Amino acid sequence: MSKDKATGNIRTWFKGGDPWIWLIGGAVSISVVMVLGLLLLIAARGLGHFWQPPIVETYNTQGAQVERVLGTIRQSETVTAQSVREAGYEVPLEQELVTRYLFKLGNRDITGSDFQWYIADNLQEFRYPETAVQLERREWGDFFGYLLRVKEAGETVAEGDQAFEVLQERLDRSNDLARQAIHLERYDIGALNRSIEQARLERRRIEMIDALDGAERQTQFDEIEARVAGYNAEYEVLRQELEELRRSARRDSLVAETSGGREVEIVLADVVRASAANQMSTGDKIVEYGHRFWDFMSGYPREANTEGGIFPAIFGTVIMVLIMSVVVTPFGVLAAIYLREYAKQGPITRIVRISVNNLAGVPSIVFGVFGLGFFVYFLGGNIDQLFYPEALPAPTFGSPALIWASLTLALLTLPVVIVSTEEGLTRIPRSLREGSLALGATKSETLWKVIVPLSTPAMMTGLILAVARAAGEVAPLMLVGVVKLAPNLPVSTEPPFIHLDQRIMHLGFHIYDVGFQSPNVEAARPLVYATALVLVMLILVLNLTAIAIRNRLREKYKSAGE
Amino acid sequence: MNEQQQSLTHGMGAGMFEGRKSTLSLSREDITIQVKDLNLFYGKDQALKNVNLQIPSKRVTAFIGPSGCGKSTLLRCFNRMNDLIDICRIEGAIELEGREIYDASVDVPELRRRVGMVFQKPNPFPKSIYENIAYGLRLQGVKSRRKLDQVVEQALRRAALWDEVKDRLGDNALGLSGGQQQRLVIARAIAIEPEVLLLDEPASALDPISTAKIEELIYELKEEYTIMIVTHNMQQAARVSDYTAYMYMGEMIEFGDTVKVFTNPSQKATEDYITGRYG
Repeated sequence: MSKDKATGNIRTWFKGGDPWIWLIGGAVSISVVMVLGLLLLIAARGLGHFWQPPIVETYNTQGAQVERVLGTIRQSETVTAQSVREAGYEVPLEQELVTRYLFKLGNRDITGSDFQWYIADNLQEFRYPETAVQLERREWGDFFGYLLRVKEAGETVAEGDQAFEVLQERLDRSNDLARQAIHLERYDIGALNRSIEQARLERRRIEMIDALDGAERQTQFDEIEARVAGYNAEYEVLRQELEELRRSARRDSLVAETSGGREVEIVLADVVRASAANQMSTGDKIVEYGHRFWDFMSGYPREANTEGGIFPAIFGTVIMVLIMSVVVTPFGVLAAIYLREYAKQGPITRIVRISVNNLAGVPSIVFGVFGLGFFVYFLGGNIDQLFYPEALPAPTFGSPALIWASLTLALLTLPVVIVSTEEGLTRIPRSLREGSLALGATKSETLWKVIVPLSTPAMMTGLILAVARAAGEVAPLMLVGVVKLAPNLPVSTEPPFIHLDQRIMHLGFHIYDVGFQSPNVEAARPLVYATALVLVMLILVLNLTAIAIRNRLREKYKSAGE
Repeated sequence: MNEQQQSLTHGMGAGMFEGRKSTLSLSREDITIQVKDLNLFYGKDQALKNVNLQIPSKRVTAFIGPSGCGKSTLLRCFNRMNDLIDICRIEGAIELEGREIYDASVDVPELRRRVGMVFQKPNPFPKSIYENIAYGLRLQGVKSRRKLDQVVEQALRRAALWDEVKDRLGDNALGLSGGQQQRLVIARAIAIEPEVLLLDEPASALDPISTAKIEELIYELKEEYTIMIVTHNMQQAARVSDYTAYMYMGEMIEFGDTVKVFTNPSQKATEDYITGRYG
């Protein structure tokens, strides 16, 4: 009896649809948990990088000699004794599990490797010496040591307790000089170089005009020569100024003792930032965190991208996506309008529609290959032949460039925009079309005054999807315009302001490059997470902007689709 | 209460045709639209069969008949709305003031300006009330703000909507009630001064009070426009129309003076439908 009742209950439970609700609820929660988990992992790993950990001093008793260790602990883990033994460490036989620490030791130029695992049992107690400093250098990664004194032009100016304070002041000065030098190099000398290149091209152009007679040609050459001579004189002045700045920046230096007991002298011009971690309060650390994070976001990369900032990559990603949006929206919208409103519905439109949908499924690298073959070589090559013959054989547009990357992405995202726009157009009620036509509007008047404005939210949906896909795309871009390092942003203050022929950096490619191509993977790993986080946030910001615009449009044309 | 409203509240009593005389003796000038041997096909299905009809000028002509009898289809022939349907094919002739409207030389948008239409479901554009009315004028290239203001006010007054919306002309038209929306749509149609007004079940989606307002409006508008109305509501047809056409299965069964069609129909089928014995 009771068994029958129980099966009956289960049957009604099934009939009531409860299992489905549980199944659906489960699926949704799994998705949400996965997304949140992903974001949390990236955020935790990436954002932790900017926090200054304490500098630990300890002694490693492994081996014949006792070795002093100075550095920060990056990671700790517990592993089986067996695997550690196999790695060549001595572990007592009865022990099964071993805790070990990964120390960041820095000093790559002195010791050769800047990360080292140590077995916890072999380490003596941890101490946090006040004089320990961590220096972020322009080359060779970080330095860890005990600050002894600060020198100005070889003369000691501070020692002992005041040394660090003086170091900070002097560091501000040298960093300021470094900034000036970079500005001079990047903008003033850069502009001069461009002028000299322009003059060279002008000369080439004149050479290529056959109609010019000798004397006339010569006068023009002389004129250009004179101009170049002027540039060169200017360049000489700037070069001297630059050298002066650099010399001045090299005036101060510091002396520190490494954990191995060696005294080394480091010129302050080579140091980006110094922190005496063990003297810092939590507040200091938060301020320091802010500085480091800001430098990461706004700085230029150094040391094969493993250090410094990612600003050019952020900028490159954004400008590429923007140009792509500007290109893909009109094309996609016009194609959709033609397909839906003007084309005679039949087998041909059906084939076109199927092709468009399938285009969305083509692997993106195929688009990259197409972009390289069609845009870069064919289009770019022809543009060079026609408009920039004087620069040949050096390509202007005939090589991977920002514009080709944007166009390739536009092609890649075109199907999404077409499909969304078409859906939007279909959703406009027939009665609105008829209402407009009945008032004497022509088909195109109806289209542009009623139907297209009403389907703008759908177009925005298409654009949102397109941006989300484009910003995260990497593979095709490696072929058509994204490079590991592009020192100059593709914009400038002189016309044409946006340099479409330049190569750009891209966050997605930057992640790949830093994560897999860098010489120092261990040091770069946190940057991979931080960059990934920035990329996700960037896509989020772009999408939220588009969604905000769409919601405003929806509000404007509210309930028209119902 | 004026006379008109009184007659509306009566319903279809025997007294409502009193004092209305038959006017089916039409001279040539009185005819706005002439339909000759009209056949209409949706693909292979014939929706209209050999329809012949003369629509008198500045009168209200009602089309009644069961669902699917082709009355809306016929109405949509007059402003060539059926052109939008690919599989629709038309034979025969429709003349508007002596000119064939299915002629290749006819400018269809121009024809639709002359023959306005109001649909069953109110279809205001999701724009402001003002812009809804101004839409047709803007299409004709009217830019002067003064002229637009004037026409908008006039159209709204004639559609008996002005007092209700004059303070919120900038509001979205979709915020109006269904009855107001339908009157707005009528105002939009008359703002461009058409000659003929086609009403396709204009009150079927409305409550009785809104319906009464629309009917009153039709009564006033026939002073200036030739009006054709499709309706399922027998009382409505009797109340507002001067002439009535009864259609069945795509055929024009009977056409004549409303008084006559409702009191003394010549066809048995018409009588059955009107008295509710149909089906």
